[in-house]
Amino acid sequence: MLAEKYPEEVKQILGRYPPEQKRSAVMPLLFMAQREEGFVNKEAKHEIASMLDISETEVASIIGFYTLYHAKKEGKYRFQVCNDLPCALRGADKFLEGLCDKLGVQVGETTNDGFVTIETVMCLAACDKVPMFQTQSPNGIKYYENMTIDKTMELIEVLKMADKEVK
Amino acid sequence: MAHILLRHREIPRINEIDIYEKNGGFKAFKQAVKNMEPTEVTAVVKDSSLRGRGGAGFPTGMKWSFIDNNSWPHYVVANADESEPGAFKDRELIESNPFQFLEGMAISSYAVGANIAYIYIRGEFWELTATLDEKIAEMEKLGYLGNKLFGSDYSLKIYTHLGAGAYICGEETALLESLEGKRGLPRVRPPFPPSFGLYGKPTVVNNVETFANVPLIIDKGADWFKSIGTPDSAGVKIFSLSGRIRKPGNYELPFGTTFRELIYEHGGGIIEGRPVKAIMAAGASSSMILVDDKVLDTPIDYASVRKLGADLGSASVIVIDDTVSIDWVINKTLNFFEHESCGKCTPCREGTYWMQHLSQSIHAGNKRKQDVDLLYNVAKQMQNKCLCALGEFATMAVVTGIERFPQDFNLEVRE
Repeated sequence: MLAEKYPEEVKQILGRYPPEQKRSAVMPLLFMAQREEGFVNKEAKHEIASMLDISETEVASIIGFYTLYHAKKEGKYRFQVCNDLPCALRGADKFLEGLCDKLGVQVGETTNDGFVTIETVMCLAACDKVPMFQTQSPNGIKYYENMTIDKTMELIEVLKMADKEVK
Repeated sequence: MAHILLRHREIPRINEIDIYEKNGGFKAFKQAVKNMEPTEVTAVVKDSSLRGRGGAGFPTGMKWSFIDNNSWPHYVVANADESEPGAFKDRELIESNPFQFLEGMAISSYAVGANIAYIYIRGEFWELTATLDEKIAEMEKLGYLGNKLFGSDYSLKIYTHLGAGAYICGEETALLESLEGKRGLPRVRPPFPPSFGLYGKPTVVNNVETFANVPLIIDKGADWFKSIGTPDSAGVKIFSLSGRIRKPGNYELPFGTTFRELIYEHGGGIIEGRPVKAIMAAGASSSMILVDDKVLDTPIDYASVRKLGADLGSASVIVIDDTVSIDWVINKTLNFFEHESCGKCTPCREGTYWMQHLSQSIHAGNKRKQDVDLLYNVAKQMQNKCLCALGEFATMAVVTGIERFPQDFNLEVRE
């Protein structure tokens, strides 16, 4: 339960909005819920809905509308590569293809060890630092810019090692 | 000329509060709260001719003066949802000169009588937001935010609010819906936010770069500001330069700088010295400008770019060279708009879907005249039929791309 696990933070989030407008807290609370497993599970959806006096269907519609909320489990790290127009003009599609080949997956798929999912995303406001991607994981979102395939493979190894240490 | 907005280029640690203070920081906000009436602040901004830097170019002071004083409380919201393909200026401002943006927001809040202001910032700027929260806390600690500021009766709190990946939330009414905890669907306008905004209350929504201009306008005056740029477009603009350019990046230049200077002097010219084929001056939402010498020598301001059959928008200049086929460009922009259409208006929801599929097939080699004609036709039918600008934006590159680059669609050149 979020309210039990993060009582201070929940209070602080609700405090940012007028008391009669607590529904505004739905987005920060959904990000909080994703800290556990990288997606919003059923219990969290239920809890957020009752905390904010809105229906679970409404919470689900918000999860569905925004691309950074997820309704199901994927790889621990989502590698979200920008291949939108400005990045594509500087070789992003080639980078993406090379990375997929190296990992043996297609866009939208997860590596066999369940660690990396490759996704494409729309412009991330880093059009001058191509190739670039962000990782989304339970730890949040992080940018990686001016990347190469080799540097990306190294990063995956580093993240895997860090993951083992935590475990 | 020293930078006005990207001041960290000369003052590297201006993102630290003591360095910002030492360089005149918060002087304008203090001056406004202590010595000026809110209406005086708005009058100075109005007189400066500052226009909104988010894309629409609406006069900022005029927007503030529309705030409805018969309905309270008032809110100020910063639009930091920077998501236009090719735009990356607000990100640099928030990262490297955050206090100037925050001070501008604070001055605006004082001018319109808002005691609470929100920064709606795209969810992808996750790390940046954590830093911004720290900067806000520092301002609170030093008495630049909080209760009874500078011994006056004026109080102000600023909060960040993370978006979660939706281009449409850059549209101000969709942004407000999102901030209210709903899906980001644009509202029917009028009423406009200065009379019916956040929680139905009068609200001023401005872009990050717009706010960053405000402290210097208050400090140095409207005439100083008007002495930079052109009569149509006062001040400087941050151009996000991307695409087939040697040195992509943000360039702060006065309005009136030519495309030639931007691309060749600042951007270092085109990769491998190729010729410029097309310019998209407003990111993926742009009309495609067919480039010749006359275009390169055009001074960049809102009015002059319009004369080229395009809009300046947020000045996210995507440069396209002769190695790139326009049918591919159109397909890329349509992938974007098809994904980002919120689905509220049928012409946009269905139109972006069909345009994306048609352009995919055209780009894959099926350049039959009837398919290109159909694509053009769908785009034309969408125009002027949607609640917000997204539906319109989605058609810009399609219509102008086909009209101005027919050879890229195997069409005979129309005279």
